Amino acid sequence: MKKFNYTELKDTRSGFGDGLTELGRKNKNIVALCADLTGSLKMNQFKKENPNRFFQVGIAEANMMGIAAGLTIGGKIPFTGTFANFSTGRVYDQIRQSIAYSGKNVKICASHAGLTLGEDGATHQILEDIGLMKMLPGMTVINTCDYNQTKIATIAIAEHQGPVYLRFGRPKVPNFTSPDHKFKIGKGIILNEGKDVTIVATGHLVWESILAGEKLKNFGISSEIINIHTIKPIDEEIILKSINKTRCIVTAEEHNFLGGLGESISRILTKNDPVPQEFIATNDTFGESGSPSKLMDKYGLNSNAIVNAVEKVLSRK
Amino acid sequence: MSTIASLEKLTLQVRRDILRMVHSVNSGHPGGSLGCAELFVVLYNRILDLSNVFDMDGKNEDLFFLSNGHISPVFYSVLARKGYFPIDELNTFRKLNSRLQGHPTTHEKLPGVRIASGSLGQGISVAIGSALSKKLNNDHNLIYVLVGDGELQEGQNWEAIMFASANNIDNLILCVDLNGKQIDGSTSEVLPMGNLKIKFEAFGWKVIEVENGNNLESIIKNFNYAKKETKKKSPICLLIKTEMGNGVDFMMNTHEWHGVAPNDEQLKIALSQNPETLGDY
Repeated sequence: MKKFNYTELKDTRSGFGDGLTELGRKNKNIVALCADLTGSLKMNQFKKENPNRFFQVGIAEANMMGIAAGLTIGGKIPFTGTFANFSTGRVYDQIRQSIAYSGKNVKICASHAGLTLGEDGATHQILEDIGLMKMLPGMTVINTCDYNQTKIATIAIAEHQGPVYLRFGRPKVPNFTSPDHKFKIGKGIILNEGKDVTIVATGHLVWESILAGEKLKNFGISSEIINIHTIKPIDEEIILKSINKTRCIVTAEEHNFLGGLGESISRILTKNDPVPQEFIATNDTFGESGSPSKLMDKYGLNSNAIVNAVEKVLSRK
Repeated sequence: MSTIASLEKLTLQVRRDILRMVHSVNSGHPGGSLGCAELFVVLYNRILDLSNVFDMDGKNEDLFFLSNGHISPVFYSVLARKGYFPIDELNTFRKLNSRLQGHPTTHEKLPGVRIASGSLGQGISVAIGSALSKKLNNDHNLIYVLVGDGELQEGQNWEAIMFASANNIDNLILCVDLNGKQIDGSTSEVLPMGNLKIKFEAFGWKVIEVENGNNLESIIKNFNYAKKETKKKSPICLLIKTEMGNGVDFMMNTHEWHGVAPNDEQLKIALSQNPETLGDY
């Protein structure tokens, strides 16, 4: 079993900011828009280096999405930045009509996703955004797990022609992926090979899955851990190959179980090879105020919950 | 350059196209389409500086965005008669497998359309984005966008209107179709919008009032004036008074024909008031 270490805790949103800065230096068609959250989104450096290619739109997200759509006409590649809640639910119709249906090359970059936004509470903690965005025809949906992956993903989506939703978070989390690991949109990454159970995770739950894997090993359970950074289009092949071996699966995400990664996986299983599945996700609920770690504990989004889910799914084999 | 006489002929034919399109599928929006016939005819034949070939990026040409997408019949007719796509294709309007959707879209790759519209209030934002793109590209052509007056009830417009003046978007000409009517009645009954001139001016826009938006010469004169006022730091707004249902006597002076198609007999009367000039599709 591969051992994962990290030398530092780092926020995924800084990975976005640093990736955007790098893009700004090498591609003059990259433009960025922000709705009064430049510091929170870590877009300051891009703004400093490219004042003519950075647009502060104020607290007006609907307008931001429309302007981003318009900027693509003429060859610009706009990256919008605001919290996940204001990047999706608040502007769903603007994204649907002016970006997705119009096929515009806009990169919707969304920070502070999920419960780990923390103390601001449920008004800001969107747990429905993956579902909202994956339902839009033509939309690519990515949820990265750490700083390095977010940086690489930010750079990768600029090369992709078409609308993308890139979801990341607020808190500092273990930065464990290699800074130059292979990132391909739509391709999952096997972090650990195993034979008893498949654990598929996205976002902050990837690290928790690694921790769960280590705990399970102590019980003599061999888990195959897959990092699914792209929720749409989803890597069916890597899932089917894994469950062909393990015959059961646990999915883990910082999102409502309705509309999230788990449901996308269920569809693959049902169509191709039904095996037992357990879901680590929020249970059709809003969040609340609290520290990120306490919230994740209360709502059952941690390594212990994954271990329990694995034991349950193994009993259903 | 097209003469006034030739533009008059084209306007008559565009009205016939609009009426026949909505009649053939018994759906669509004739009222606002007829009210904007002169406006579209003038824009596409006297005002816009257009490339010969349609290209989505539209570099080094003027771009037009239709925000109130429900008046697609007039847009399609004028685009087809300008040569963007075969005139016969008007026959497919709102039918299955057509590029001429009820509301315009890029999805079916219809030349001349650069954004989907229909859900109201989004066009000014998009136009601002493309105006910024032109500035970044050192492209000196202009952006035009049309919105309905009732459409200004959508809040996103005012986000965009605030942004445009704050950011000196002075390569943008916004046209407001001031027909005073929307689906449920007159705009003053549904949600009075007060004095739009004062509102736009308070938001930092240069406002030009067009008293007769169904008069070709008046529209040409005002657009030429608007063009001269661009590149002076302020966005430009043309408040264009039009008559919904213009050119068909029983469709005028009422909101009733906003989204209702004429029946066979009504079509006959309407067409008799607008004789064929350039050949029906």
